[in-house]
Amino acid sequence: MFSLEGITKTIQDWLFSSFSPTVALLIECAIIILLAIALFALLGLVLVLMERKVAAHIQIRLGPNRVGPGGMFQTVADTVKLIMKEGLTPDMADKFLFNLAPFIVMIVAMLLLAPIAFAKNFQIWDINIGVLYVSAVSSLSVIGILMAGWASNNKYSLLGAMRSGAQIVSYELSAGLAILSVVVLTGSLQISDIIESQKDGWWLFKGHIPVIIAFVIFLIAVTAETNRAPFDLAEAESELTAGFHTEYSGMRFAFFFLAEYINIFIVCSIGATLFLGGWMPLHIGNWESFNHLMDYIPSSVWFMGKTFFLIFLIMWFRWTFPRLRVDQLLNLEWKYLLPISLFNILLVTLIAIMGWHF
Amino acid sequence: MFLKEYIKDVYNGVTSLLKGMRKTGYYFFHTKEIITEQYPDNRDTLKLAERFRGEVVMLHDENNEHACTGCTACELACPNGTIKVITKFDMTPEGKKKKAVDTFIYHLELCTMCNLCVEACPTGAISMAQNFEHSVYDRNKLTKRLNKPGSKVREGVE
Repeated sequence: MFSLEGITKTIQDWLFSSFSPTVALLIECAIIILLAIALFALLGLVLVLMERKVAAHIQIRLGPNRVGPGGMFQTVADTVKLIMKEGLTPDMADKFLFNLAPFIVMIVAMLLLAPIAFAKNFQIWDINIGVLYVSAVSSLSVIGILMAGWASNNKYSLLGAMRSGAQIVSYELSAGLAILSVVVLTGSLQISDIIESQKDGWWLFKGHIPVIIAFVIFLIAVTAETNRAPFDLAEAESELTAGFHTEYSGMRFAFFFLAEYINIFIVCSIGATLFLGGWMPLHIGNWESFNHLMDYIPSSVWFMGKTFFLIFLIMWFRWTFPRLRVDQLLNLEWKYLLPISLFNILLVTLIAIMGWHF
Repeated sequence: MFLKEYIKDVYNGVTSLLKGMRKTGYYFFHTKEIITEQYPDNRDTLKLAERFRGEVVMLHDENNEHACTGCTACELACPNGTIKVITKFDMTPEGKKKKAVDTFIYHLELCTMCNLCVEACPTGAISMAQNFEHSVYDRNKLTKRLNKPGSKVREGVE
């Protein structure tokens, strides 16, 4: 049966048998870097195309359909265009910070890939504080955004960056609390432990209504954290042209664009890991034959399926809901999401202590 | 009570959002609802909305007769002088003089397709057609004569 675990194990055995351990480790690092960059490029192309197709179908349009079969190469053509464009730096901008900002945003997105389990035993770095690492590092991207907004020397950019900062700082709270509810149920911060604890059913089904509420809050909060509609007022086109990346062009603009989509992928994979069992197939309690049947679908397919389902949900939000005003945005977080998630985590703790979950 | 209001607020918000998502989800999964026309490719099967207005035409029947009495109501209704009706006087069999249209001139290049002339017409002689491929190389070709040569007003139209 196809499994990524077997491939990685073969490569590792071969490397360690033919090189000294240090060299083998370095080669492994190089392979991982290459794979991460390849994944980034591929995800950027696929997700942008998916977004445009989903948007088109929701708005009763056809979407891109001229380049390649069904418009498949539209994003490739767009990328080629962006590479060939001039990357302009404005005259009065802070040159160093201006050029640094897109890379910081990209590096943060790359760092976040580390603890994600893409398939069974296919994980870059299984640290014992995986969930904490993700929520800590993901809030770093606001530094890149603030840097871009500040260095551009443009009032729209600065306004967009400030809004983005306010948004990420406030929604980080309820996202953290939603994540915490699963951590409370599992009793571990390690990603592999969390997935292992869901082998007799996903937390979304095992944890009763409180976990469902936590899941919804998580979805809302990560939509806000990735600056997507209906919370996209950091780059509200109609007010701020493009928010913090107004002044960027060419490939550096593409980096911001790419980082946005990579961040969506990452938060959706975290959501899939925490609430939908990551690569764990759909197992229901003690139904042995059913569980066995589900195991025949490769774990990487399960992971990608769940992640793309969540990505589709977030895209669905974007093309359905109108953008919030900044006061509505903060009201939603501080008056609704935060109290609800605080109360919710109490309920989850009660469930965990009493052992009421399945 | 505060808490009751609060829960009602959340409930109403969530249900109204779900209602919107249901609508867009319906459109997403029903591809036959797509209204995009891939225009130059499907020129033969092009579907236009009923309310689409392309140009003013005068309706002629098989006897080359129209319903225009030359009352110039359309010319008066037109906000930007698109229509010019040149009238003449015909002799009726009883020997009376009767006003009739000689040339109905329509300047397509000035027309904004506002439909006011069609609404003003008391006899329903003119209407809006859906042809929109009007581009020509010579501007003069946009000035059209709407009543066909040799046509006359239909019997009984006053």
